[in-house]
Amino acid sequence: MAAPRSFQEIILRLMTYWASKGCAVLQPYDMEVGAGTFHPATTLRSLGNRPWAAAYVQPSRRPTDGRYGENPNRLQHYYQYQVLIKPSPPDLQALYLGSLEAIGIDLNLHDIRFVEDDWESPTLGAWGLGWEVWCDGMEVSQFTYFQQVGGHDCHPVSGELTYGLERLAMYVLGIDHVMDMPFNDPDSPIPLKYGDVFRQTEEEYSRHNFDAATTEMLLRHFEDAEAECEKILSFPADDPNTGKRIVMAHPAYDQCIKASHLFNLLDARGVISVTERQAYIGRVRALAKKCADAFVQTEAGGYVAEAQA
Amino acid sequence: MPELLIELFSEEIPARMQGAARDNLKKLVTDGLVEAGLTYASAQAFSTPRRLVLVLDGLSSESPTLREERKGPSVSAPEKALEGFLRSTGLTLDQLEKRADKKGEVWFAVMEKPGRQAPEIIAEVLEKVIRSFPWPKAMRWGAGSLRWVRPLHSILCLLSDEAGSTVVPLTVDGIVAGNTTAGHRFMAPAPFAVTGFEDYAAKLKAAKVVLDSAERAEMIWHDASQMAFAQGLELVEDKGLLNEVAGLVEFPVALMGAIAEDFLHLPPEVLQTSMKEHQKFFSVKNPKTGRIEGFVTVANRETADHGETILKGNLKVLSARLSDARFFWEHDLRLVKSEGLEGMGAGLVNVTFHNKLGSQKARIDRIEALAREIAPRVGAQPDLAAEAARVVKSDLRSAMVGEFPELQGLMGSYYAREAGLPDAVANACKGHYSPLGPSDEVPSEPVTVAVALADKIDTLTGFWAIDEKPTGSKDPFALRRAALGVIRLVLANGLRLPALETLREGASRHPEPAKGSIAWGANEIIEQKEPAWFVARDVLEFLHDRLKVFLKDEGIRHDVIDAVLAMPGSDDLTLVVKRAEALSAFLKTEDGGNLIQGFKRANNILTQAEAKDGVEYSYGADVKFAEAEEEKTLFAALDAAEAALAPAMAAEDFATAMAEMAKLRAPIDAFFTAVQINAENAIVRRNRLNLLSRIRQICLSVADLTKLEG
Repeated sequence: MAAPRSFQEIILRLMTYWASKGCAVLQPYDMEVGAGTFHPATTLRSLGNRPWAAAYVQPSRRPTDGRYGENPNRLQHYYQYQVLIKPSPPDLQALYLGSLEAIGIDLNLHDIRFVEDDWESPTLGAWGLGWEVWCDGMEVSQFTYFQQVGGHDCHPVSGELTYGLERLAMYVLGIDHVMDMPFNDPDSPIPLKYGDVFRQTEEEYSRHNFDAATTEMLLRHFEDAEAECEKILSFPADDPNTGKRIVMAHPAYDQCIKASHLFNLLDARGVISVTERQAYIGRVRALAKKCADAFVQTEAGGYVAEAQA
Repeated sequence: MPELLIELFSEEIPARMQGAARDNLKKLVTDGLVEAGLTYASAQAFSTPRRLVLVLDGLSSESPTLREERKGPSVSAPEKALEGFLRSTGLTLDQLEKRADKKGEVWFAVMEKPGRQAPEIIAEVLEKVIRSFPWPKAMRWGAGSLRWVRPLHSILCLLSDEAGSTVVPLTVDGIVAGNTTAGHRFMAPAPFAVTGFEDYAAKLKAAKVVLDSAERAEMIWHDASQMAFAQGLELVEDKGLLNEVAGLVEFPVALMGAIAEDFLHLPPEVLQTSMKEHQKFFSVKNPKTGRIEGFVTVANRETADHGETILKGNLKVLSARLSDARFFWEHDLRLVKSEGLEGMGAGLVNVTFHNKLGSQKARIDRIEALAREIAPRVGAQPDLAAEAARVVKSDLRSAMVGEFPELQGLMGSYYAREAGLPDAVANACKGHYSPLGPSDEVPSEPVTVAVALADKIDTLTGFWAIDEKPTGSKDPFALRRAALGVIRLVLANGLRLPALETLREGASRHPEPAKGSIAWGANEIIEQKEPAWFVARDVLEFLHDRLKVFLKDEGIRHDVIDAVLAMPGSDDLTLVVKRAEALSAFLKTEDGGNLIQGFKRANNILTQAEAKDGVEYSYGADVKFAEAEEEKTLFAALDAAEAALAPAMAAEDFATAMAEMAKLRAPIDAFFTAVQINAENAIVRRNRLNLLSRIRQICLSVADLTKLEG
């Protein structure tokens, strides 16, 4: 297969590949998140017993990683490619290696390694076992078998793949600085580099995240999100308007995502002490657990009404 | 005799778990088989990233038949007794035998447990081992319920002998055992069948899998050092890394590269740590310059371009990593230049050390004050020790230590030099954490020693004050290590540190201990002591406990240490050890052992007499009341001993003191043989008891010999 020529081509090839393997190709979640795992298509859908297969790009924000667009491979906003399949198929490693070939990595020339890396998300109350995948010593993906999410044991187990798209693409395209990476085809009438799209925003957000974001407001919003999440979940399951059972797991989970991102911003502003940090993480985790508890009470979460059961 | 071959083939097993997994597989399977009655001649276990393998030679093909006879009730016994016997044996009446006994006819149960075939036993044992394997962390996958370290894909379980081989019938959670496996994931992925271990090993080799991890490690080490040698360089030894890397590959291929010029000015430890931690590279040193100039990475395969692509990729990652390291280094240097090393640590005020013991800054302030007090006792300049204490933890705020915590202290030394601080201060940055273990080097520079002691004493007294003492196997704050550190610092440097006072000074800066957490002066006059004194006394007791463990390893008996610790000045650890060593050596001599017996005899007689008479015989023995010649000789010997002992004890020359004491052995023995203590004449008796008291006083002046056993 010919080598890809641009960042977007790599994304498109991954889309095509995982679509051909039967995944539903979803779109990014429309909220600020720290990683693709936060997308409800992963966090919530890894719960319960219903089969699931999804792939999507998720723009991710890590305010503390901002470097004003100067660092060759550190960004406060970047893309993750995420695949979640439940139950994890027995040939998931082979499927994964196929995706590397699809984006132009010749497995006969490169050294691919599965190196132990246990994944844990203290804010999601989640953990799993797996590896970071190395290509010639470079970490190109996370490969995880989810064991627990939101405090619930995963049954069946989901297999999760996360590709750090910029890093992977830079490697495949042979680029040393992320801002120099062709975003679209370099032969396009208007060729655009990653820097043309994102250098300015990296500067703006770095300054904002480190110096400008109003911490008192962020703190207030954190508490609002926390309160709202709990409030949404406090509604009874039966909706008086429709007479249906409607557990509002997703709207509540949105508030949990919000709280998590607000915490990240506060962290970047340097206003959270080491001791407080643990307390904040604990508060977000408490929300994630409640949302998980709610989701397993929904149909998508495997809930079966007693009358039907 | 059949051979058993087991292979458990899975997705990549973490390198650090493979060694224990090999041992466990071998132990659990062989224990299980032996318990079920099979025997075997030899067992060998292997591991690669994807397989755990066990081969047993000379396995018996079946377990022996077991025959058990049990005597039951007499034939004439009541029915109830017979029913009970049938129930307990699970037999019916017609299966019992009648046998003649001394008392008549008796029921006998003869139970035969038939032997079982090896395959049946193996299947049972292996399934149990797989289902309960002690992985440090195990997981489920797919929709199954089996737990393994990573998804288990196949089980090979084969019994073979001259006649051929057969698969042991076994199914675990849907995985059916067979006789096939697969080769290297990329170089020879096709599955193949095997007929026994020899065939298995040969085919694996052909399929680019080196089964034995020791062989892989050997290959890596050999190839890597040859490559380095060919360029006039040398490989930096790292056993831990070698074992880890051997667990990451099935087919090791070493590749060597050079570190780019722009990074060679970084401290060698930084290069080494970055390459090892992030990329599992070996470091390659230039013996002429002493610098780390190259690296060896180990790939898991051969390629058509002889690893060129792989090496290029690795170089690229290395360059990104070292750019980070250089960024940290330059950032830290800038910070040190503008703010000084103390300024670098300014943020420690916001870092909590422990929520009951305050911030790191608060801790540094305490250590500074304590180091100042300790300094004159260890020959250090107080101001210099205080200056060092203020900056030794600053590098915890450096970008480099943030990234590589294992470089703490060392980076501080570099930055201290950059900041133009005295060498003594720079060395204290690196050295004040030492000694970290029983074999770690002990610092000897006075400033380092002062700060190292202050650091450890602050930690010990602090955690004691808040009642976070080590219990059993739990020691989350490494307080045993801190105590051993204090002991080794004192002993190795021959320090005469008044430990109790120093500990009290340390404790006085901590919160007051809660009631009940410290033995608040059960037998002491509380009002005269501040709370810190009680903390100090408890920590001293802890130091004594650790000292006993330490000296026991040096071959000194615990009762010898007890005898020494009972003496005044027991918080002077150097003195304690000097005394204990002398006493220990003394007890090994013939005179020494006998003198102790003589002392004990004198002491017993005296104690009994004192109890009976209700007085203390401690003074007034006079030679003019001596009757026997042996008695007079003893008087003379005691006078001589006392005269010789005093200067020796004053000079802490315990060996001489004990040698002098040893001279008493003959006169004391002779005295006991010739003289009756409890004489008719009350004056003579009292005089003799007072004489015994002199023996006791002299003997007790070197150590509390009553504590000695035997």
